[in-house]
Amino acid sequence: MSLTARDLGLFAIMGAVLAMVAMFQSPQLAITILNMSLISAIMALGVNMQWGYAGLFNVGIMGFTAVGGLAVVLIAQPPVPEAWAAGGLGILLGLMLGVATILAAVIVYKRMPPSKLRGFTLFAVVTVGFLITSYVFGPAKQAVQAVNPAATGYLGGANLPVILSWPVGAVFAAGVAWLVGKVSLGLRSDYLAIATLGISEIVIAVLKHERWLARGVNNVTGIDRPVPRPVELQPLPWVQSLADSLGWSLSQTASVISGLGYSVLFLIVLGILIWLAERALNSPWGRMMRAIRDNEVSARAMGKDVTRRHLNIFVLGSAVCGLAGAMMVSMDGQLTPGSYEPLRFTFLIWVMVIVGGSGNNWGSVLGAFVIWFLWVQVEPAGRWVMEMITSNMDVGSALRRHLLDSAAYMRLTTMGIALLLMLRFAPRGLIPER
Amino acid sequence: MEPLNALVSVTNFMLIPAFAYGSQLALGALGITLIFSILRFAHFAHGDTMALGTAAVIGGTFFLQAQGVSIGGLPTALLAIPFGILVMVLYLLAADRLVYKYFRKVKAKPLTFVMASLGVMFVTNGITRLFMGVSETRFEDGQRFIFTIREFREWSGLAEGMALRTAQATTIVTALIVMVVLFWFLNRTRAGKSMRAYSDNEDLALLSGINPERVVVITWTITAILLVLAGTLYGLDKGFRPFNYFQLLLPMFAAAILGGLGSPLGAIVGAYVVAFAEMGITFAWRRVLTYLMPEGMEPSTMMQLLPVDYKFAVTFAILVLVLLFRPTGIFKGKVI
Repeated sequence: MSLTARDLGLFAIMGAVLAMVAMFQSPQLAITILNMSLISAIMALGVNMQWGYAGLFNVGIMGFTAVGGLAVVLIAQPPVPEAWAAGGLGILLGLMLGVATILAAVIVYKRMPPSKLRGFTLFAVVTVGFLITSYVFGPAKQAVQAVNPAATGYLGGANLPVILSWPVGAVFAAGVAWLVGKVSLGLRSDYLAIATLGISEIVIAVLKHERWLARGVNNVTGIDRPVPRPVELQPLPWVQSLADSLGWSLSQTASVISGLGYSVLFLIVLGILIWLAERALNSPWGRMMRAIRDNEVSARAMGKDVTRRHLNIFVLGSAVCGLAGAMMVSMDGQLTPGSYEPLRFTFLIWVMVIVGGSGNNWGSVLGAFVIWFLWVQVEPAGRWVMEMITSNMDVGSALRRHLLDSAAYMRLTTMGIALLLMLRFAPRGLIPER
Repeated sequence: MEPLNALVSVTNFMLIPAFAYGSQLALGALGITLIFSILRFAHFAHGDTMALGTAAVIGGTFFLQAQGVSIGGLPTALLAIPFGILVMVLYLLAADRLVYKYFRKVKAKPLTFVMASLGVMFVTNGITRLFMGVSETRFEDGQRFIFTIREFREWSGLAEGMALRTAQATTIVTALIVMVVLFWFLNRTRAGKSMRAYSDNEDLALLSGINPERVVVITWTITAILLVLAGTLYGLDKGFRPFNYFQLLLPMFAAAILGGLGSPLGAIVGAYVVAFAEMGITFAWRRVLTYLMPEGMEPSTMMQLLPVDYKFAVTFAILVLVLLFRPTGIFKGKVI
């Protein structure tokens, strides 16, 4: 793999910075930053495939990660038999009817010659299908949501090992991406951006609203973890002796070990992905993708099906984002649809890709580490600056309180400035494409 | 009288709010479409600059209120709008100088501009939250209603009532005036004509001696006026929350694309289509249908096609239909 001494140096600096966090702040914080950086790095890899290899502008990363997160609930949670008895069949039937309606509409559109009659038939099919679907689906949904709403009120999952949900999350995200890509690829480049922006808002709206699916804003908590929890580690003798020899408290040692477990898992996934991505980039396929990105017209003249290749890479990149989303949910052990915010889950990832160096996989990884580190650390730094500014002010003054409260928003401004400076002065990023 | 009651009910709960919302969207979508046709990129910072402009107006409003200034029954915010516009013109021109101008000079790809507008979006969002926080701020004052439900009932003798809020009436009137002035400007003045020429064919416009930087300055100025107005009217109507402004991005873009990117008339039509579709599909029709259906056939459910949480899904569906069947939009927008 093509890493120069300079690139290795940048990674080494980043590692040293994290080591300093572990020494001067706390080891737990360092591990938390490391794990989230690894997940962000995978998201950034996915975006880099789309943007760096193919020049596709996806602003719906949040939606794809959320769909991946949904997979964790559907795979790992135990099913709720009462809910299935109450309305499981109705919900399945309703979903099938909905799909059947869409298929029928597509068939009508494709088979009938363009005419007024086709318009009317299409309208009738959609209306009747919608009414039947909601007639079957509505009551079933209500019945499921009425089953012990404080604790469950949803269908639950398949009770399978949680690790399995990671590839499933990728498949879910790929499915959504295929639908979006099919509609908006092949048109102007900005249209994909708007379409992905829309689909991500819709995914979040569905997650928040459809309580039968994943409890909506009531959140699913206590999801199985692939790594033992700190509480489970504490009674183990080797953990206790390790804590003694390090001179740390038992709970701190246990949470560091648990966190490191995730780090190892994430590193393995990231390693495999990078290896695959690098192989792909340096293969004939990767050269073709870059040829399409750099000059679509001539690639088309060479007989490449540009729209189709774009669809491939769009689905692939989104699947990687879905994988990262599933990993994140299984690290937190909970799915909280209310916490998905586009600035954090879409645009921050973009900053990572641009700062890291679009078109370079290692760049995306480094960008993810740098930006996530800033994102976490700018807030306390901002608070510190504000304390300095306001130290001369009256303790009770409203302005002082306001300034201290608003320190939290400084990180948005910082991210924006970082992005703008990179675009202006180093548009190729920290580790440029080669 | 039953059909009349139905009409009043639908006007009160759907038509008036949708018309006001559509007017706010139209002003926003006009800005997007102008930037798209002159500067040739999708301006992602639009929602957040709208929020910042509104924040400036709110600041001005609070200052005026503290001074005891008011204009009769109308919201004080209207007096503060010029201040908000001044701030935003300066802000957007500064953003253009510091950010976009360089990319124009090096003739960067459109997506680089979009990326840069993401950066501006972050910065703007941070500044807005710095001043306003994330919670809701209400700044509507003056007389809240032009006529209330009760007044209308007493006047008409109908069972259903109808109210017209000052914010809604102000929105609709302002939007109509702004649209007329904008079209007059684009079609009749020298500056407006130079803008349209530049949008049609950049090279030809340059050859005829049009100064591109001047066109750019005018565009940003008009955009600033439009977005401060749109933001303030939306805030008066629904309260100010920075995140809501970000979410307006989708319906505004949908409106602009639906009408045909780059076509001002299209943006307006698109905005009203989006607004009425969003409101109509997420509206609970039960009350209206109860009046219209014969006795004994009243609907038992809410007769709501989709819950309100899915209003983005409606916008998105419109967008998808446009992309599938008529990617140039209703009024044949720009290059596809």
